[in-house]
Amino acid sequence: MALLITEEQKMLKDAAAEFLAAKAPVSAMRALRDEGYKTFNPNLWEEMIAMGWTALTVPERYGGLDFGFVGLGQILEETGKHLSKSPLLSSVLLGTSALKLSDNDALKAKFFPGVMEGSIQLTLALEEGKHHQINSFETQAVKVGDDYVLNGVKTMVMEGTTASHFVVVSVLASEISLFLVDKKSEGISISESILMDAGTYAEIAFEKVKVSAQNKLNLQQDGKLMLDQLMAIAYSGLASELLGIGQQAFDSTIQYLKERSQFGVVIGSYQALQHRAAILFSELELCKSIVLKALKAIDEKDNNAMRYAHLAKAKLGKTVKQVTNEAIQMHGGIGVTDDANIGFYLKRARVVQQLFGDYHYHLDQLAILKGF
Amino acid sequence: MKELDDFRTATRIWLEANCPKSMCQPVKDPFDVYWGGRNAVFHTEDQKVWFEKMLEKRWVVPYWDKKYGGGGLTPEENNILTQEMTRLGCRKPLYSFGISMLGPALLKFATEEQKLHYLPQIVEGKIWWCQGYSEPIAGSDLASLQTKAIDKGDHFEITGSKVWTSYADKADWIFCLVRTDFEASKHTGISFVLIDMATEGVSTRPIKLISGKSPFCETFFDGVKVPKENLIGTLNEGWNIAKFLLTHERQMIGGIGETDVRKEVHQVALENLPINAQGSIADGVLRGQISDFEMDEEIFDLTIQRITDEAKTGNNSGALSSFFKFYGTELNIARQELLMALSGTEALIWEKNNKSDGDLARKFCRSKGNSIEGGTSEIQLNIISKLILGLPTK
Repeated sequence: MALLITEEQKMLKDAAAEFLAAKAPVSAMRALRDEGYKTFNPNLWEEMIAMGWTALTVPERYGGLDFGFVGLGQILEETGKHLSKSPLLSSVLLGTSALKLSDNDALKAKFFPGVMEGSIQLTLALEEGKHHQINSFETQAVKVGDDYVLNGVKTMVMEGTTASHFVVVSVLASEISLFLVDKKSEGISISESILMDAGTYAEIAFEKVKVSAQNKLNLQQDGKLMLDQLMAIAYSGLASELLGIGQQAFDSTIQYLKERSQFGVVIGSYQALQHRAAILFSELELCKSIVLKALKAIDEKDNNAMRYAHLAKAKLGKTVKQVTNEAIQMHGGIGVTDDANIGFYLKRARVVQQLFGDYHYHLDQLAILKGF
Repeated sequence: MKELDDFRTATRIWLEANCPKSMCQPVKDPFDVYWGGRNAVFHTEDQKVWFEKMLEKRWVVPYWDKKYGGGGLTPEENNILTQEMTRLGCRKPLYSFGISMLGPALLKFATEEQKLHYLPQIVEGKIWWCQGYSEPIAGSDLASLQTKAIDKGDHFEITGSKVWTSYADKADWIFCLVRTDFEASKHTGISFVLIDMATEGVSTRPIKLISGKSPFCETFFDGVKVPKENLIGTLNEGWNIAKFLLTHERQMIGGIGETDVRKEVHQVALENLPINAQGSIADGVLRGQISDFEMDEEIFDLTIQRITDEAKTGNNSGALSSFFKFYGTELNIARQELLMALSGTEALIWEKNNKSDGDLARKFCRSKGNSIEGGTSEIQLNIISKLILGLPTK
């Protein structure tokens, strides 16, 4: 199979690029921040829903488009270029994928229509500490009668304040289990933090929260396996956004090198900067390949999907950190002012590369996978 | 599709039936393969059998036109043949700069008469070709080359010297860049000529490297008479051929088309380093470096695949060969550096009982040349920044 995107995927990418450039450019992100850290523009989200983006990865049998993760990745890459804010990551990449991976057909039939039309907005409640890991969780589910009761605290929940439902990762009888929990359930308390990307992330406490047995996402299937599959999607999707962030930060910097003059010449004529730029170009070429490979591996149900996902998140985390650092340095004084947009790329890159494991975490996981 | 599947099956059966077992072993020494030439030596009987079978099958250069001695395979068929040869581990029947370097240049720039003359000889392994590009004072600044070809009516008289000519001491002919116009700017006075190494006035001297013996030589021309019909392409426009071949060479050095099976670095590490109770390499720093290196190595391979696939759809820039050359060679240098670390003091051995003793240290030393030969890493970065990124020259 060629390592290329198809004509249809390219069309989706181009449409997303055009739409986001017009409707959700960096200036829109700046405006949201300046208006008291608004999470996203609901009108923009409505338009994304109207374009079918919430149905993109939903299986056809539930009325979705079943367009695959290479397609979604193209959109996420474009959101990275413009730093467009929306619930695409939380609801489409994470929440919808959890539902898609579920073997609870009744739950899928019940929720997919709302997810697609936007009346339901999902997010994933996974993390509990400062560092990403998926081996052990404090959040406990206990079977009480026919239903379950949840106790625990989740952090870093994207759009936790605006989502209608949470996919909660918990431990049930020492096995990992995932539940779909209505935000309106009793016993839920939410507090929010603003991170350096001006995004809102919630800490959610579940205190004796009752969840219907019908809302258990993994019925017969192994919850740990399901979580692994969900993470391969999460890592690859976040890597797609990082690719967009890295490419745009790089392109803006190259543009700046061609415009800014010092000592009577444009600074892009200096070899000290040219070579650093050429190295970043090379690293970004590698980034494009692994992101596409990771996305394709998910769509093709490749046995190595998890390895490619780790590779993608590791490589992109490392490279986009390097690219955004260099972008600031090459912009010079203007680069460290809030007036310039390049700083937003640095800050968003820091958040995305840390979410769901930074480069060190994924390199460690790769070593474990390969047995060293 | 059906025809290609049939071709694959037939190819597999033929290779399995005709490739001698010893010709399916990895190449360890340059003379594990056949180089051809006037003084051709088959180092084993199997080398002879394999070359002759492939020649008869017209698969020495399977993708060239039949009129030039090739097999006339389509790119798809040739891919299949390469895949099947890789699968079986078949060695190439003939190693030749004629096939990999000169041939493509002749196909693009030579006259039909020259093609019909030289290409079949390359296929038949009759001529061992070497390449004369760099000069003692023209390294990275290749176009400043000084070897001069003076017009003497029916022939050129060539005087000067070349350096880094691989196997010049064994080669029969050399394809060479020479200066034919001394007034023109440096890029426009260069021509591409073919010279018989047996001509009076040609001499060679081997170059010893920090890694020990090497195929590299210096080649000297002292009033060498070269017939004018040995000029390829247009007089004074040899730089175009040079650029074409350099792009070609960079892709080869950068790893495109390489079929060697590399041992994974972490496997070497597990065999050489202390392991902790969890079965991991105990040295956490080294373990992280290995994981990081293998990440880049695997993704670089994917990148070769992606860009090759893109090139098939017509989306490619020749300047990307500079990216391949830069990244591929830097990766190999990083690999050798890691292997040295993994093997500890054993990696320092230069000579001992066996022929393979000293391989690690010598390969490490040899890898230092990778980011220099075929255009230094710095030259590749210059090309990327100018031709791809469009950054201005001062």
